[in-house]
Amino acid sequence: MQTLIHFVISIWVQLVCAVVIVAVLPLVAGYIVLMERKVMADMQARLGPMRVGPHGLLQPIADAVKLLLKEDIIPDEADKGIFWIAPLISVTAGMLAMSALAIGPWFQIADLNVGLLFVVGIGALGIFGIVLGGWSSNSHYSLLGALRSAAQLVSYETAAGLAIVGALLLAGTLSTREIIEAQEDYGVWFVFAAPVGFFIYVVASIAETNRAPFDLPEAESELVAGYMTEYSGFRWALYFLAEYTNMVVVASIATTLFLGGWLRPFAGTPAFNFLDGFPSLLMLVVAGYCFYRAPKQPVKIQKMFLAAVGGLFILAAGILAAPLMAPPGSLVASAKPGLHGAFWFLLKVGLYLYLFMWLRFTFPRYRFDQLMRLGWQFLIPLSIVNVMGIGLALVLHRQLGWSHWTAFPLTTILTLVVAGMLASAGAKKDKEHAVVGEEA
Amino acid sequence: MAEQRIPFATHAETTVLGADEIVLNMGPQHPSTHGVLRVKLRLDGEKVIGSECVIGYLHRGVEKIAEHRTYTQFAPYVDRMDYVAAVSNGLGYCEAVEKLLGAEAPLRARVIRTILTELQRIASHLFWLGTHALDIGALTPLFYCLREREEILKIFEKYCGARLTTHAFRIGGLQYEAYDEFEKDVERFCKPFDKRVDEYESLLTSNRIWVGRTKGIGILTAKEAIDYAASGPVIRASGVKWDIRKAMPYAAYDLYKFEIPTGKNGDTYDRYIVRMEEMRQSRLICLQAIENIPAGPIMGKVGKVLKPPPGEVYHSIEAPKGELGYYIVSDGTTQPYRVRIRPPSLINLEAFDKMIRGHLVADVVAIIGTLDIVLGEVDR
Repeated sequence: MQTLIHFVISIWVQLVCAVVIVAVLPLVAGYIVLMERKVMADMQARLGPMRVGPHGLLQPIADAVKLLLKEDIIPDEADKGIFWIAPLISVTAGMLAMSALAIGPWFQIADLNVGLLFVVGIGALGIFGIVLGGWSSNSHYSLLGALRSAAQLVSYETAAGLAIVGALLLAGTLSTREIIEAQEDYGVWFVFAAPVGFFIYVVASIAETNRAPFDLPEAESELVAGYMTEYSGFRWALYFLAEYTNMVVVASIATTLFLGGWLRPFAGTPAFNFLDGFPSLLMLVVAGYCFYRAPKQPVKIQKMFLAAVGGLFILAAGILAAPLMAPPGSLVASAKPGLHGAFWFLLKVGLYLYLFMWLRFTFPRYRFDQLMRLGWQFLIPLSIVNVMGIGLALVLHRQLGWSHWTAFPLTTILTLVVAGMLASAGAKKDKEHAVVGEEA
Repeated sequence: MAEQRIPFATHAETTVLGADEIVLNMGPQHPSTHGVLRVKLRLDGEKVIGSECVIGYLHRGVEKIAEHRTYTQFAPYVDRMDYVAAVSNGLGYCEAVEKLLGAEAPLRARVIRTILTELQRIASHLFWLGTHALDIGALTPLFYCLREREEILKIFEKYCGARLTTHAFRIGGLQYEAYDEFEKDVERFCKPFDKRVDEYESLLTSNRIWVGRTKGIGILTAKEAIDYAASGPVIRASGVKWDIRKAMPYAAYDLYKFEIPTGKNGDTYDRYIVRMEEMRQSRLICLQAIENIPAGPIMGKVGKVLKPPPGEVYHSIEAPKGELGYYIVSDGTTQPYRVRIRPPSLINLEAFDKMIRGHLVADVVAIIGTLDIVLGEVDR
């Protein structure tokens, strides 16, 4: 008994973090969906969900209830066991990947020494869920969707992996925590040291999470819903959850590797310390908007609800401001890195997700052969060149004593020149194969 | 009842890897077959090696109904064929019956007809653009297109009370006089519309993905287009300058200056460009027409009971989707003996198999979209 208690005490932070991730992530995914719908509506000159709760704030909960209560249909000719377990694999993989990511210096389940490798590896396992689900549905649409998904992941995981390698060369470690600390030491986020690598990772991560313009596995206008065509109700919701969890995972990887993780912009420069006030200010602005909109709601309960939301944001602002107000050295003041770190991390993740949505609503969808060509003929060669460029920059910097400011821009320009050459070679090839429809 | 099942795989030696062909059934309930089109695709992997369109899911026997209605009674039925362009359908029918009667609508009626059909052409093309872009994966243009289409529908609603199935015209002229603000409303829509088209084009025309998805897809050469009797933007994009508004002017089209945009390659991209330009031209026609709507009666002399002399007539107009023709046989009674309709969507759809062979599954929806079919019209 004694040892058990000791064991629990020794892992209680990890336990709490794990419970929070498993319990909160579905809710977060729901609200990312709401955010996506609102962003989409904003770009399409309409309002989006407005009915459930003020400004549709309760829509995710209504959706979740609906999906839970829906009939769970398993097609007659499906392979029932695999059909049953496939979405679970996807979700589990996504959630497991979250465990090695550090959301702020305090919030991390496990600081593995192979952290990033673990995240990428486990994240890629989610594809099993998609392939098995598509295969076991016994439907042509699902099968095509699953095949597309598998091919896409294989191609783009390579590019994403090589882009990650570039940043790892800079950091010199695989532990997510140490990667961020390395960026603090450099005094610059890796996105500025390796912009090409960041670009490659953005493109590859969109493709990897099956988001538009690379959403071919579930292209609704071609394959109905791709691998999810035969799924309904809660199983379908699990796939959905997996997709959004994966989005959060890739956004977190990008934030950790390239965007400085939990670091504030200009973290090392005391002149920019006023930025510490930004979290509270942002919360206050949101709260102010809630209070401004509250009287305009049609029903009394909605007015109260929106006012309560505003109150919550004021509370959050207070919590974020407290460490700044408290006397230095006190317990409250020492909470600053944890709270503000989490804020900046989540803000960066949110902005990265916004970028995903922005691209989704702006671009048409790639065709499968074009997607493959982009992956194999452009992104993968470019990412290899990028790794070599960063290696060169590090040699110049560390062995020959060049400064950061000359080594990295030089290699970046070199990489961009190669990118231009690759693109023009691709365009030439396109022209040669311009007419495809003649053969059959 | 015997259960009908589509075979999972059929054996053939034509596939590259010697694998089995897949028969993929698209529709009739599929998000992007524009209604209830059913396409049976024979696939080698994702490559289409054959296709078959199954139509008739929306067959209502419009042509047969005509034989049991008087000429006036049948007019609202044609609105339900191409329900995206009801005004054009009505115009074709009314003019065909007028031709049969030997009557002609007064000039004022013809000018207002022209304005309304051109607005309808814009509305139809807007709907085509939105759904076509949606099929190819661009979600946003649809909403911009519907925003502008809404303004046109509001003009229709003010004019005749209906938005979709308008029944705006009457044999011999117009049912309603143009309302007071009519010119102003049309002008208010048309003046800024040019900028709106630029807006759509800025999202698509030079977008690399869009160009990649549409250039070289579904090529129809000029000769093939003529052989398939294609019409409308489909034949014009292949480089054939064939537009009934110019070739056999009807309504008041001979009064106005406009150009017929044509393409070169006959691919999906050219059809897109042609339709975009057509919207601009329609806007110009509307602007010319509202400048000077002649005064006068809106109904010609056709009598209360329509009894055309025995005989037959074929009259066709340039509907948004192509040549819409009405062949009417009269036996001298109040009801037509036979009405045969030439729906542009159906005839253009014939070219589908030719266009899709050798392309991928993703191109199926692009080609269905570019043909701009409306199943209400295909099936009638």
